[in-house]
Amino acid sequence: MAETLKFVDNLKKSAMAAVWLAFLTLPIMVIRVDTTEKIVTWRWMHLVYMLAGSFVLALIWHFMMDRRDRGASLRDAGEGGGDSALVRFLNNPRVLKPLLAFGFLVAVAFPLVFSMYQTNILISALIYVVLGLGLNITVGLAGLLDLGYVAFYAVGAYAYALLNHHFHLGFWTVLPMAAILGAFFGILLGFPVLRLRGDYLAIVTLGFGQIVKLVLENWNGFSFGPSGISNIARPSLFGVKFTVQQDTTYMYYIMLGLVIVAIFVTARLKDSRIGRAWLALREDEIACQAMGIDNTRAKLMAFSLGATLAAVMGAVFAAKTTFINPASFTFMESAMILAIVVLGGMGSVLGVILGAFLLILLPEYMRAFSEYRMLIFGATMIVVMVFRPQGLIKAKRKVYTINTEAA
Amino acid sequence: MEQTTNAVLSVRNVSMNFGGLRALSDVDLDVRQGEVVALIGPNGAGKTTFFNCITGIYTPTDGDVLAFPREGKQKRINGMRTNHVCELGMARTFQNIRLFPSMTALENVMIGRHCRTRAGILGAVLRGPKTRREEQQVVDASYQLLKKVGLEHVANDYARNLPYGAQRRLEIARALATEPFLLLLDEPAAGMNPQETLELKEMVIRIREEFKVSVLLIEHDMKMVMSLSDRIYVMEYGKVISTGTPAEVSADPQVIRAYLGEESDA
Amino acid sequence: MEYFLQLFFGGLSRGSVYALIALGYTMVYGIIELINFAHGEIYMIGAFMGLIVAGVLTAMGWPSLSILAIALVISVLYSAAYGYTVEKIAYKPLRGAPRLAPLISAIGMSILLQNYVLLAQTPDFLPFPRLIPDLEFMAPYQSFLGTSDLFIIATSLAVMVALTLFIKFTRMGKAMRATAQNRKMAMLVGVNVDQVISMTFIIGSGLAAVGGVLIASHIGQINFYIGFIAGIKAFTAAVLGGIGSIPGAVLGGLVLGWTESFATGYVSSDYEDVFAFCLLVLILIFRPAGLLGKQRAQKV
Repeated sequence: MAETLKFVDNLKKSAMAAVWLAFLTLPIMVIRVDTTEKIVTWRWMHLVYMLAGSFVLALIWHFMMDRRDRGASLRDAGEGGGDSALVRFLNNPRVLKPLLAFGFLVAVAFPLVFSMYQTNILISALIYVVLGLGLNITVGLAGLLDLGYVAFYAVGAYAYALLNHHFHLGFWTVLPMAAILGAFFGILLGFPVLRLRGDYLAIVTLGFGQIVKLVLENWNGFSFGPSGISNIARPSLFGVKFTVQQDTTYMYYIMLGLVIVAIFVTARLKDSRIGRAWLALREDEIACQAMGIDNTRAKLMAFSLGATLAAVMGAVFAAKTTFINPASFTFMESAMILAIVVLGGMGSVLGVILGAFLLILLPEYMRAFSEYRMLIFGATMIVVMVFRPQGLIKAKRKVYTINTEAA
Repeated sequence: MEQTTNAVLSVRNVSMNFGGLRALSDVDLDVRQGEVVALIGPNGAGKTTFFNCITGIYTPTDGDVLAFPREGKQKRINGMRTNHVCELGMARTFQNIRLFPSMTALENVMIGRHCRTRAGILGAVLRGPKTRREEQQVVDASYQLLKKVGLEHVANDYARNLPYGAQRRLEIARALATEPFLLLLDEPAAGMNPQETLELKEMVIRIREEFKVSVLLIEHDMKMVMSLSDRIYVMEYGKVISTGTPAEVSADPQVIRAYLGEESDA
Repeated sequence: MEYFLQLFFGGLSRGSVYALIALGYTMVYGIIELINFAHGEIYMIGAFMGLIVAGVLTAMGWPSLSILAIALVISVLYSAAYGYTVEKIAYKPLRGAPRLAPLISAIGMSILLQNYVLLAQTPDFLPFPRLIPDLEFMAPYQSFLGTSDLFIIATSLAVMVALTLFIKFTRMGKAMRATAQNRKMAMLVGVNVDQVISMTFIIGSGLAAVGGVLIASHIGQINFYIGFIAGIKAFTAAVLGGIGSIPGAVLGGLVLGWTESFATGYVSSDYEDVFAFCLLVLILIFRPAGLLGKQRAQKV
């Protein structure tokens, strides 16, 4: 009986919400004005869509809110909070190993089976996987909300583009240089923000990101301004001449290798002395410092490692697209990478990979909705924070084996 | 600078001003090897501020804070960064528990081992035999510390899920993991019932014996303070108004006036 | 000299609008310690509402001044409603959560609102009619102080005075001050904190809307992206003046407006936006409390 009452109550609340939202969005959704021609267009169908859509969404919202509140009271009582069935299923070693092996086979065979177009899409997704893993170190592990992450991406991209353009240095020569440059910039940008708290840190890094982009746009002499740099060389393999198709395949395998390295490095870091120090830093800076951890070093390391990964990806991106300009390095990019980390699960390697695939591949395959991509991004971030802040896959702490005899 | 025989901490004329507010005024305090020294006083007397001054969270406006680590000579630690103070060998707990909630009890203690271990990024990624051995040592040592405070059965529980008393003990275990020569406990018995307080007292005595560590604690629970401490300092309004053995202090009329109230309450 | 006056009044008028938006940021931060990332979008929506009202009424042949008045009123009401709704959806459910959560939610809301307007309207710049008439008595000053600028300055001033009176003398104003100082205590003495927070968002959004309509009328065009840049700059202004301080937001807005105006006038106009960002970064690093803010020490 109580269930039905709750449901009816939710229906009423959703109906009211729908009316309110329809009213709220009426002018912008329904009315189009042309002040020069003095014409007003009324699109009443949009109102209907808005009413129906809001009603359904509000209903779902209330339902999920009830679930959330029930979950919260369970957690207060000490139960609940476990992993979802999916995660438990995946963690079963008899499932995990063959799944990983299969996944690896698919990954290796991919460009040989699918078209160049598809391979390019997957390369993009893999780039975002590594970007996500890099930001995961800074945000997910160390808790430093870097909203200017795209600046490091730009550093790597422009480093390769410019060195290639001016000095004809090849991809493989520049790659380690990009990594070092990234690390250096990470420390450079990390220094001023050491003392800053969460929100302020976020805004300052946002500011840095914007400054970098604006400088790239306006300093024509250095970065060639908004027109960017084109004809960037692709990675070479002992001077062998490739067709475009082979270039793409080669790029794909390079990326695959880099992804595997990035996953390996991140996973190892997470469950290490440094990883624990970052987690402590994230949870309580003061206690962390009081227990003997040098916060400054830990923060700078987190920044610079994240930056290194981003810079390397920047170089890869420049090589892949052979053309870069400042428009690829906006705040939206930082926000998108953040969305990947948040959606996937801050601190969780598998989660970030999943998040990158979902946020990058899904829009590619659902072309019908591509217009709404950013809208869904925004909504996703809100929904994930409200209902599942730990993300798709909760970061798990390692269970250690203890030698009980050792004293 | 006169050196008190086998002192581990020597505080001379320390004052702390926050703008116009004088939180500490010419405080003198010694802790000698193996002692349990208590710092008591009404709320707002400056006790936690004092802790913060000697652990590097604040830099005293005046005076000297001298530490005498196990190896090496005495060191003036005014304004030394908190993590260096901990590395030197002075570890603390906090008035409002500051554990790391999303880490397990074991991992909280493992954090304490950080300043005594050395694996860096390369070690983390490559995980050679040296790193793996160090890791296992950290795990084992932390587990043993959990056993010492009676928390080994909750080693893999998240710190935020532990009951209050367990959390306080966990904080102490974490501080012990840093191998301190001086343990600074800020109201360790706060919120505990008499039974728990008794167990805590016994634990502190055991810890002093086993780890050869000196203890400086802030406490409000008079019964525990009187029965546990070798010496007591009483603070009021940022000044030390009395010091001595528990017997001496409880008989001091100034202390009675300022803090202990009617004798029947003690 | 004339050039200087031009830059001065230009900076004053631009700074007044920054101040209006900055007030919203500072009030919200003062009450719930959240950087309302979506606030810039509320300003943008205010401008769009103004445009739509103006468009409808212009098509119906109404006189310019009354269109302006009605556009302001409706835009304020709608923006207030948006602010109220945004808070209820994206921030209220996260009130107890760690600080990263509402910030990320705010970023999501900002992206959502931007793209909502983009999709529902158009990505292009839309022309905004000049609703502020040129007044006769302003003719001699036209070379450095246009009617538009004067109007903006005067309206902003009036609105800010009204806000100050409200905060100081009304019951709700007192409740807002109390909640900003100590939320738990305010609850204990019977203040309805939910209402206070909603009211803060409502007022802040309304102020932003006024700014949006005024600037849109002055510049002559708007698009879905103006909220982002204006938002960051206004946030810079709020921080410059001291986040959480209402007079600080006004001071910060004016300082930023003048800095931008004089810097672009005398130094370089290419890097206009960079000045604001550099200022932001420098203040947050060297004096995060801002000009009028208090250094809040953390209890250990």
